[in-house]
Amino acid sequence: MKASLKWLSDYIDIRIDRQKLAEKLTMAGMEVKGIQTIGSTWDNVVIGQVASVNSHPNADKLNLATVNLGPQQITVVCGAPNIGVGQKVPFAYAGARLIDGHTGKATLLKPTKIRGILSEGMVCSEKELGISENHESILVLSPEAPIGMPLADYLGDIIFDLDITPNRPDCLSIIGIAREIAALTDESVHLPQIGYEEMEKPIDSLISVAIIEPDLCPRYCASLLIGIEVASSPGWLQERLRSYGMRPINNVVDVSNYVMLEHGQPLHAFDYHKLKGKQIVVRCAKSGETIITLDGIERTLTQDTLVIADEENSVAIAGLMGGLNTEVDVTTTAILLESANFNRSTIRRGANHLNLQSEASTRFDKGLNPDLPLVALKRATQLLLELAGGKSARGIIDAYPGKTAPSAILLSTKEVKRLSGLEITIDETLGVLRALGFECQETGLLPPQISVFVPYWRGDIKCAADLVEEIIRIIGYDKIPVTRLSASLPPQKLTPERSFKQKLRNTLVSWGFQEILTYSLTSMEKLQRLSPKLEPKIAPLQVANPMTKEQEYLRTSLRAGVLTTLANNQKHEEADIRLFEIGKIFLPQYPSAIALSQNAESGEGEVKQSPQDKEGLPHEKEMLCAVLSGSRRELSWHDNKELLDFFDAKGVAERLLEQLGLTSTFESSDDEGLLLGRRADVIIGGDKVGVVGNLHSKVAQGFELSGPVCLIEMDVEKLMNKASGAKRYQPIPRFPSITRDIALVINEQVTFQETEAIIQSFPLVEKTTLFDLYTGEQIPEGKKSFAIRIIYQSPQRTLTEREVDKIQQQMLDRLCRELGATLRG
Amino acid sequence: MLKQLEELQLEALNELGQVSELKGLESWRVRCLGKRSKLTQVLRSLASLPLEERKKIGALANGTKVSLESSLAEKKKFLEEDHLASFLSRERLDITLPGQPIPAGRLHPVTQTLEEICSIFTSMGFQVAEGPDVEWDYYNFEALNIPPQHPARDMFATLWIDYEETTGQARLLRTHTSPMQIRVMEKERPPIRMIVPGRVYRYEATDATHESMFYQVEGLAIDMNITLADLKGILFEFCHCLFGEERKVRFRCDYFPFVEPGAEIAIECSSCHGAGCRLCSYSGWLEILGAGMVHPDVLRRVDIDPEVYSGFAFGMGVERIPMLRYGIDDIRLFYSNDLRFLKQF
Repeated sequence: MKASLKWLSDYIDIRIDRQKLAEKLTMAGMEVKGIQTIGSTWDNVVIGQVASVNSHPNADKLNLATVNLGPQQITVVCGAPNIGVGQKVPFAYAGARLIDGHTGKATLLKPTKIRGILSEGMVCSEKELGISENHESILVLSPEAPIGMPLADYLGDIIFDLDITPNRPDCLSIIGIAREIAALTDESVHLPQIGYEEMEKPIDSLISVAIIEPDLCPRYCASLLIGIEVASSPGWLQERLRSYGMRPINNVVDVSNYVMLEHGQPLHAFDYHKLKGKQIVVRCAKSGETIITLDGIERTLTQDTLVIADEENSVAIAGLMGGLNTEVDVTTTAILLESANFNRSTIRRGANHLNLQSEASTRFDKGLNPDLPLVALKRATQLLLELAGGKSARGIIDAYPGKTAPSAILLSTKEVKRLSGLEITIDETLGVLRALGFECQETGLLPPQISVFVPYWRGDIKCAADLVEEIIRIIGYDKIPVTRLSASLPPQKLTPERSFKQKLRNTLVSWGFQEILTYSLTSMEKLQRLSPKLEPKIAPLQVANPMTKEQEYLRTSLRAGVLTTLANNQKHEEADIRLFEIGKIFLPQYPSAIALSQNAESGEGEVKQSPQDKEGLPHEKEMLCAVLSGSRRELSWHDNKELLDFFDAKGVAERLLEQLGLTSTFESSDDEGLLLGRRADVIIGGDKVGVVGNLHSKVAQGFELSGPVCLIEMDVEKLMNKASGAKRYQPIPRFPSITRDIALVINEQVTFQETEAIIQSFPLVEKTTLFDLYTGEQIPEGKKSFAIRIIYQSPQRTLTEREVDKIQQQMLDRLCRELGATLRG
Repeated sequence: MLKQLEELQLEALNELGQVSELKGLESWRVRCLGKRSKLTQVLRSLASLPLEERKKIGALANGTKVSLESSLAEKKKFLEEDHLASFLSRERLDITLPGQPIPAGRLHPVTQTLEEICSIFTSMGFQVAEGPDVEWDYYNFEALNIPPQHPARDMFATLWIDYEETTGQARLLRTHTSPMQIRVMEKERPPIRMIVPGRVYRYEATDATHESMFYQVEGLAIDMNITLADLKGILFEFCHCLFGEERKVRFRCDYFPFVEPGAEIAIECSSCHGAGCRLCSYSGWLEILGAGMVHPDVLRRVDIDPEVYSGFAFGMGVERIPMLRYGIDDIRLFYSNDLRFLKQF
């Protein structure tokens, strides 16, 4: 909301520096986002009157305008089509600083020859003065504007750009803001005096009002003006509206807009003679009912739309827009002026549904007070009678089915202290609340307590906590003391999930993995690309109103985000990229018992029971996904440049599980996103906890990845559950061990796991390490050689070479018997 | 014999003096101390001497042997050191060659910030909890005093799973971490001190200052006698921990439907130090937190008596903090995960 300090000073004396005022408003909850000074750059710009307009002798589209500036007249070249004799206009002498209409930059105005005629000045457009973007026409001032007066004195202003929070629709008005300033600066508000003459004829003999939907329209007020003349508004009114970005239309429309800005209450005028049956009915639209609104668009209404109708048709969509059938135009001589209160939800839904957001709807949808329409209506009626002539019928229509008795809120200084921590006397409390317009009565009870009646414009104040805020925001939040929380400490419970995830992250980071965080939302296309057959395994949850196609589905796998990140980075990273993400995937669980409630409407303020907690919500599962690509080590002069392979990924998985104290096995996997023969399920205690492998080439292609990519994926929840067992200390061996290296020649089909299992089944075998795998020369076709280091160790004694020889012989016999292995010669 | 021994020793020492390389030492040893050396012959011939002489000469011969052996050891040590010195001076490393790179990963800057925030609050006795990203309208809005069609819904552009704003039984992507206030209070009784880090989502076109997904940390403390002054104390301390003791902090009135009184915390602009610049929209201040006393209606809804208990809640955007600290001018950098960005933190 813009707040013109000039307009504000119609109602309040502002004696405080504007920076200070801005600070006070901001601190009190009304943030001043910007301060615009209009006219600060208007040196050498004065008000002139166009004395004559002649065509430029050398140009068709240009005129020569002679402008009377008081002591002198100057003739300048002017290209604006709207210039006319008698207009009051802003005139810039050479030397003025104006905005160049084409470049938008501030430029010094110099005497210039235009098509052979010297022009020592200029008649200005709004854009040239920096008021608006309008450069089509010159700014025409009000006829009252005094000739020769510096424009800055006449039009100059300071505009505060205020951020009004949704609870304060009263401050979407100049008077509302004036009330705030008054309370903050110890001033009082002078409201406009309202009074006008009325005709003999009572209004109810000329029109009747029936409210069919009292819940949606708690109050409907209207006045009737007869014998008015629709014409342009006076300049001062036009200038005010323009400074608020509103286009002046005619005195009737302009007055309703003016009063809306002034009081915050939207109004609407109907041409009285076009109302059929001389009656107003406030009702819901009939199914399929249509109306052509003032913008010329025919709209089909639904039954939850509130309309204002006459005997036959709807004549307006309540609070949103009038109908063309009752539009006020130059032929209009009598108007019915509406000032009503509507249910905010109805307005908000209607505005969204019909895409009819306006200055009026944004006020209505915040919930205006039903006491406001009458005040605003009287003000508008008075102004209209002044500006458009005519007479008012006697009295006012006031249908007020939603009237409620005012109720008091009890407040004690103890409560102020309990919530705010601020010690405050009852007198200070009374002072602040009264300054804000609250009526207060001391109850005489102890501890001191007052009963507070809320003024009509503050519908947001409903309980003692609201009053506490009012008091402290006027006294100042900076006056609130700073204390240390002294409340009792709740029992401290461990949060194992968090520390477990932290441990995983820190471990991977220490091994050179970069953590990434990718979007939870992804596209169907990306999820499809994770499978070579382009069929995602799980149907993902879809967002009903996605912002983009790229972010339409909740991820069912971390892979898409991780692989996309990898591909993006491969474009500029030389080699060796290791990334991981730990985050949630979303597995839909469709609601079983709860049906998404079909009975849409619920009364405002009435809150339903909390839904059955997790039922119907997706399973949000913590996963880990890591990828490796490029060379095994960073590019260096000192090392070989081998590419990463399956075993690098497996090594990471093995070591990670080992760190967690978990024993795992790897079994062949059917994960179709990974390459056949280069993929393994990670099994702990018979349960699959993850997968490692080389990314399927089709998937890699789909994500535009280059080179082989190895992937590790783990179910973090499962890992955590399995890793929760306590660790046990193993004594350090006290006796020396014996190390033997053997080289076995064995059939290619035999796995290392089978071989190792046999070796490890023998007593005293402490550890086996495969240190070479060889095929080629000296090894027969179809065979391979394992070089294995075996460490023998006894916890009780020093082993002898003889007993190790004996065990190893038995071992070799069994390897030969069961796997056909022989010692390499 | 005596003379022979003396000559023999002199000759051997002389020869040893001329040896200049380690490999020459072995042939010297064979020649002078080996089985066929003159000294060995002398020792062998001792047997034929009379006892008296044998004793005398034997002692002398053994002395000569020991002396020569120790000279050998000394010479060996000298030559070894000499050899090492000359090897090292010959084979100098170019110590300016780069070291072998150690793979180094990093935590995402948002994770780093979250850990920092959580550790500050856990040190103040707050517990960390997490909640679901997909929420019921009820928790995200209704239970927080934002019923359907409430104007405050405009403050939260929402991504819906079920597009039914009119019923609390619609699912959505949580627009803030505040629903966890309700979930926590439904389960726990005061005293409560909880923080909730997590992802939140908005229906929003992205630009340098807006993301459709970002992180928040929610805070909640409920007990008897908790006041706005306590909230101010906690949050000022937090800001000073995060941005330094010197940083000015502003505490002003603001509106959120689920707190009353409501507040906002801003810190002095890191770029202009309060003078006003583009970063702070010429206000001199940067908003980092929304907060307030938990609204009595919210407490009543979770069966906590607002006449007995009071408490505060706060919520902050996480990305803003590293942006201010490191001068990052585009929020989208966080989730585009460019390694050239991530490796800087």
